[in-house]
Amino acid sequence: MTGPAAAPNHGAGAPPLLDVEQIHTFIGEFHILQGVSVQVPRGSITVLLGRNGAGKTTTLRSIMGLNPPRAGQIRFAGQSIHRLRPHQIAQRGIGYVPEKRIIFRDLTVGQNLQIAERQKGDLARKADLIFGLFPDLHRLYDLPGGHLSGGQQQMLAIARALVPDNALLLIDEPSEGLAPVLIEQMMDAIRRLSAHTTVLLVEQNFQVASRLAEHYVIIEEGATVRAGRMADLVSDKQLIKTYLGVA
Amino acid sequence: MPGYFARLTPRYRRSWALVAAYLAFLVLISLIDFGGNTAGQTLFRGLMLSMLIFLVASGLSLIFGLLDVLNFAQGAFVLVGAYIGYATYQSVELSSTYSFLAAVGAAVVSVGLLGAVIETGLIRPLYARPVFQIVLTFGLGAILLDLVQRIYGPQPKQPLAPPELFRGTFYLFGQSLSIYRLFIIGLGLVIMVAVGLLLNRTRLGIIIRAGVQDAEMVQALGINVRRVFTFVFVLGAVLAGLAGIVLVPYQGATLDLGNQFLILAIVVVVIGGMGSYEGTAVASFIVGLTRAVAEQMSLKHFDAPVLAETSILFLMIVVLLVQPSGLFGREES
Repeated sequence: MTGPAAAPNHGAGAPPLLDVEQIHTFIGEFHILQGVSVQVPRGSITVLLGRNGAGKTTTLRSIMGLNPPRAGQIRFAGQSIHRLRPHQIAQRGIGYVPEKRIIFRDLTVGQNLQIAERQKGDLARKADLIFGLFPDLHRLYDLPGGHLSGGQQQMLAIARALVPDNALLLIDEPSEGLAPVLIEQMMDAIRRLSAHTTVLLVEQNFQVASRLAEHYVIIEEGATVRAGRMADLVSDKQLIKTYLGVA
Repeated sequence: MPGYFARLTPRYRRSWALVAAYLAFLVLISLIDFGGNTAGQTLFRGLMLSMLIFLVASGLSLIFGLLDVLNFAQGAFVLVGAYIGYATYQSVELSSTYSFLAAVGAAVVSVGLLGAVIETGLIRPLYARPVFQIVLTFGLGAILLDLVQRIYGPQPKQPLAPPELFRGTFYLFGQSLSIYRLFIIGLGLVIMVAVGLLLNRTRLGIIIRAGVQDAEMVQALGINVRRVFTFVFVLGAVLAGLAGIVLVPYQGATLDLGNQFLILAIVVVVIGGMGSYEGTAVASFIVGLTRAVAEQMSLKHFDAPVLAETSILFLMIVVLLVQPSGLFGREES
């Protein structure tokens, strides 16, 4: 179903895991988000699309409480979270992989993972999943994060979000700055991890986004303009050209 | 250790080489200019000063690294610790060792509480306004100085006798030296190692180091970073208060103590690299030893300690010209 933003409903029955409703976010005096609505169905990969500066990253940051919205509602697993502080939002079960990855450079790969533990033993319990998805991290375990390549840092940033039991991962631009071969590996990893957790992705590369996601939301100038199933978007060349500038 | 050096970037390796070369230069110039015994005494004094500076500077560096607050009240914490410690040491009627322990406890607890109140009540609302924080901590420093002067009077307090446990002297470099000085050096080294272990071997330490790099990301991992901010601010205040009370048996308590140590600590943090713990530790040695050598040199050649302060400021300028982010600070990308 492809539809206008006012009624982004991806499926009948089950309520969405994440329901962002008409949020307005300011950064300083700038009114960045002017009515963003996003619904993320449980167990899916949903992608936020839009041109540079449309407000995709700010949407993720608003969900995390890093740029809290001044108006609107954000509900996660049926509970309102938009008035919580970032650490409280994370503790509800939302993992965040920021655009710049933000690996702690002076900490080893192991410490970068350990710091994400919410309960003792989280990393041990998730070791098979994490090192199964990203075997390189096992080899690099004792190396400082600052010594990793861009691709390895991206793997570590995603792995870090997998350490605790997060029901939702917010991943911002995972393919940015990666070589094509690494993008394929990253896509494969995200596809495999989506069997364990729901994913909300920001992805500028439409080819990547269209192959990964089942649902999409298009944001333009700080507001949601379209949302629906990715299969419908892929077949609507005019819509793609209008909002994403991709022929 | 070889593993540690193998993992360093070329810039850090160069910094370590510069530090080693500079310390060797200080030892050499002391030996040449003062002769063996005086050189030894000077370097010993420099080592003690290094430890006292470290206690103040380590807190300043951690607070700046994690909270982005350049805490101009850090010197006032030394002052408050010294005067409260002095008053307690003088008034408690126990054996001198127990009185001293009580004084340390009183200084550390009261300065720690003061730090907690300042961080939670005054600094926390201003985290998004760094300029206001500078004005606030500067003002707090002035207020605390005024309060100390009102409560304890303007007259300098003479050094009190060291606790019995550390009384007596030992013979080194042709001179008898107080065991208490050795205690100050030992205490500084113990604190240096303890804080280093805290930062490197504990989960709290890992969180602090991560927070120094990016406090927002630490929050996004589900960690209440405000609690960590308070802990670090209080730890910084406690270490400064400890430096204050430890100074009492050595040089008494004077009203200029705070500013004197604040300037030295700022120089250390700039030379070592803002927010770098190892940088602060190394720079404390550099500044303490440089000041002692320069003071001795100017006393010998000019009959007045004219070079003592200028030498460390000159050193800071040279380091900033060679490495603008300090010896072990992170380069701006």
